[in-house]
Amino acid sequence: MNPFSSGTRLRDMIKAIRACKTAAEERAVVRKECAAIRSSISENDQDYSHRNIAKLMFIHMLGYPTHFGQMECLKLIASAGFPEKRIGYLGLMLLLDERQEVLMLVTNSLKQDLGHTNQYIVGLALCALGNICSAEMARDLAPEVERLLLTRDPNIKKKAALCSIRIIRKVPDLAENFSSPATSLLKEKHHGVLIAGVQLCTDLCKVSEDASNHLRKNCTEGLVRILKDICNSPYAPEYDIAGITDPFLHIRVLRLLRMLGHGDADTSEYINDILAQVASKTESNKNAGNAILYECVETIMGIEATSGLRVLAINILGRFLSNRDNNIRYVALNMLMKAISVDSQAVQRHRTTILECVKDSDASIRKRALELVFLLVNDTNAKPLTKELIDYLEVSDQDFKGDLTSKICSIIEKFSQEKKWYIDQMVKVLSLAGNYVKDNVWHALIVAISNAPDLQGYSVRSLYKAFQLSSEQVSLVQVTIWCIGEYGEMLVNNVGVLQVEEPMTVTESDAVDVLESCLTHHSTDITTQSMCLIALLKLSSRFPPSSGRVKEIITTHIGSVVLELQQRAIEFNSIIQRHQNIKSSLVERMPVLDESTFISKRAGSSQANISTEKSNQQLPSGASLKLSNGVAKPAASPLVDLLDLSLDDTPVPTSTSNDFLHDLLDVGLTNSSSSASGTDILMDLLSIGTPVQSNTTPENGSSIKGFNDILPIAKPNTATVQVVDLLDGLASNGSHPGAQSPVHPSITAYQSSTLKITFSFTKQPDKPQVTQIHATFMNLSSEAYTDFIFQAAVPKFIQLHLDPANSNHLPASGNGRITQTFTITNTQHGQKPLAMRIRIAYKVSNQERLEQGQINNFPPGL
Amino acid sequence: MIHFVILISRQGKVRLTKWYSPYQQKERATAIRELSSLILTRGPKLCNFVEWKGYKAVYRRYASLYFCMCVDQDDNELEILEIIHHFVEILDRYFGSVCELDLIFNFHKAYYILDEILIAGELQESSKKIVARLIAAQDTMVETAKAEAGSVSNMIAQTM
Repeated sequence: MNPFSSGTRLRDMIKAIRACKTAAEERAVVRKECAAIRSSISENDQDYSHRNIAKLMFIHMLGYPTHFGQMECLKLIASAGFPEKRIGYLGLMLLLDERQEVLMLVTNSLKQDLGHTNQYIVGLALCALGNICSAEMARDLAPEVERLLLTRDPNIKKKAALCSIRIIRKVPDLAENFSSPATSLLKEKHHGVLIAGVQLCTDLCKVSEDASNHLRKNCTEGLVRILKDICNSPYAPEYDIAGITDPFLHIRVLRLLRMLGHGDADTSEYINDILAQVASKTESNKNAGNAILYECVETIMGIEATSGLRVLAINILGRFLSNRDNNIRYVALNMLMKAISVDSQAVQRHRTTILECVKDSDASIRKRALELVFLLVNDTNAKPLTKELIDYLEVSDQDFKGDLTSKICSIIEKFSQEKKWYIDQMVKVLSLAGNYVKDNVWHALIVAISNAPDLQGYSVRSLYKAFQLSSEQVSLVQVTIWCIGEYGEMLVNNVGVLQVEEPMTVTESDAVDVLESCLTHHSTDITTQSMCLIALLKLSSRFPPSSGRVKEIITTHIGSVVLELQQRAIEFNSIIQRHQNIKSSLVERMPVLDESTFISKRAGSSQANISTEKSNQQLPSGASLKLSNGVAKPAASPLVDLLDLSLDDTPVPTSTSNDFLHDLLDVGLTNSSSSASGTDILMDLLSIGTPVQSNTTPENGSSIKGFNDILPIAKPNTATVQVVDLLDGLASNGSHPGAQSPVHPSITAYQSSTLKITFSFTKQPDKPQVTQIHATFMNLSSEAYTDFIFQAAVPKFIQLHLDPANSNHLPASGNGRITQTFTITNTQHGQKPLAMRIRIAYKVSNQERLEQGQINNFPPGL
Repeated sequence: MIHFVILISRQGKVRLTKWYSPYQQKERATAIRELSSLILTRGPKLCNFVEWKGYKAVYRRYASLYFCMCVDQDDNELEILEIIHHFVEILDRYFGSVCELDLIFNFHKAYYILDEILIAGELQESSKKIVARLIAAQDTMVETAKAEAGSVSNMIAQTM
């Protein structure tokens, strides 16, 4: 026999391990011990198995693998002696968890032990079962546990009750079996049994509606009596904690009463008195008393309490809130969040204290307080609250700033009633914590500014001032650059000065200075630099005298190693040099960004895996032609055509106009075209796209979103539906002579269990590249769809014009159809076939759904 | 319910762990690591509750040990503090002025005591006297069994 094996006592092994100075030493000792244990196990050494398992448990706690000991645990459990069983069960609970299959092998031993004569062994078995049984074991052994609930020994009873809790958690179906034994437990006198019994009843209520009703009918009286007894009981040394008899039982009974009284007026009325008694009599100078009061307040909030009781509860919470103990304040903040739904006025009264908690040094308290403040904000107190929060933003911790900023921005957005206040607050937030502000927030700011023409001068001036002070906040810089570019002349000429503003003179060269400093600053990122370049271009048009300087600045970036900057620099340089005549119209003021569309797009785009930048990018083209803000556009305006452009087809020039779209809101071009040659930009610009008659279009068929960066902004619909002369002998697979014969067969473009789309095709004989597609949508489900929107995306070499659909309501089961027409121009007709990705969004009983697909089965020759 | 109980020293060494919810070995190690880093870095004056992964971790420091219990969001945190204190007092009574070394060398006894206080993540007995009595009775049984075994094997050894 190995002399080293198992000879070491547990104590000695622990000492040896603790004496190790390094991890490697410890590993060596552990390895030796494990080897010894393993050989001892394989030799079936009875004497030392107890010690082996104890050692194994210690090694397990250190973090080493110990699965080789699992079978040993089982053997110990199966042996007859009490010490072996005790350590065996302990090892079982520590070394195994319920997901291991080895556990099943214990079931038989457990069954025998549950029926053992020695009550302590029964206790061991119940304990093990209650801690780690799996669902199958629970099912197997439930009858045994039920039987044990009815024994006379309180020790077994309470363990059996807690074991039953685990059983019904694992197998909720068995809950009925435990209902009546549980109720009888509540008649006991022994506190341990009562606690376990009350907890079992609470869990039964959670799991089963029937049990809940049963308990409500039969046990409420008994519970109230129990609570009364312990409330009024004299000093009981065995259960006394801080002057209160058995606070644990207090708390559990209160919790069960809450479950029973929830939603039930009668029960609530019945327990009103006892709740009032507990709430007023309990002393709150020790933690135990506070724990009871806390539970009491929770119960009052959770049942249909009288208003008097509610007032009592809120008062208790108010006291908690001003307690110096951090735990109590935390608990109070937690409770107040639930109390808001019950009585928000009362909570508003504590607003100042809660605001103080936002500034607390404890991170948990700060977090709770901030959430609570957020719930408390309403129209009347939005302004002072925001001011307080922004003041705090200045001094708050770094890790808290992110949370705080996003909450402040939501508050500002939700509750701003005047644009000026909104702009002011946003500028402040950007100056203090611009780096934590999310992109969509400052995009919204830009949309707001663009929609408030009388405040534009004010905005750009405030931003300019803020920039002088906090130019390290990236978002602030970006917003400032954009505004200076757009509204530069307002800045310099002091347009639209409000009364509250101090006089300020900014010269043109100051404005250009700002942009130049941004451009050349070492820490500015590419996006910001790109924005600077475009802003400079705008200024060169708005400030003719500075045009020369601007040109110089731009020229310095012609050699930039970043492709984006180089391209922009070259193109803008080109515009400045050779295209003076169109420069001013190129950089005209942006059309007003439509706020409502922006908001809905932003809400919609959060579903799609498209960044908000892209959706904003769509915005100006949509806005200009949607005309929902009533700005009419002359058809021949070059601006309109520019914004019409598809991004895809021609190589060079589109990037310039795209810059406006991208630059609006910070996107770097992801699909910038390759070369930046000096070809005639204008011709290319104007030759693309059919002339558009502007008219209002419905929301539906007009917006097209891009997938995977390849796809174009499709033109929103036009009034120029091409009349296809269908009789012009287009027959190829001659279907109906003389009648409208589609050259190409219709296809089922997309079919799912809920939707079917068919495409039919028509072509004009003289335009082989152009195809008209008539799409028909059919609803295959049994519920009607509303807000039906069809969107499509096509590869670069294809142009797509989408007409509006005839309706956006699709009746169920194919009872009605929606039709929509679109026109496709395949610039590589004959070389590449059509392909299309589609996306359909609709609402079914107020829930939004989305379906996507790819259509590859276009007939050849399109 | 209480999902798990861990006792860690100030240096982050684990002295006791008890799991009432199914956590696999790797998950256990991660949980312990994350909670340790959260708890050990908190200052003394701060509140005893930490939010972790949708649960609440209630902890209290006794000398060089942190007793931590992880509970659901809707549990009464103050009560859990009381349960922790209940456990510590019982340990104190059993070991007589318990210190960390007692818990290191007699970890199995600490587990036995914990098993008399909590089952399935719920409180089992609120009376310290009864818990002490039960543990004492079981210890006596172990002593008697060992004595018997000692004497039997002595007899066998002698007869051999």
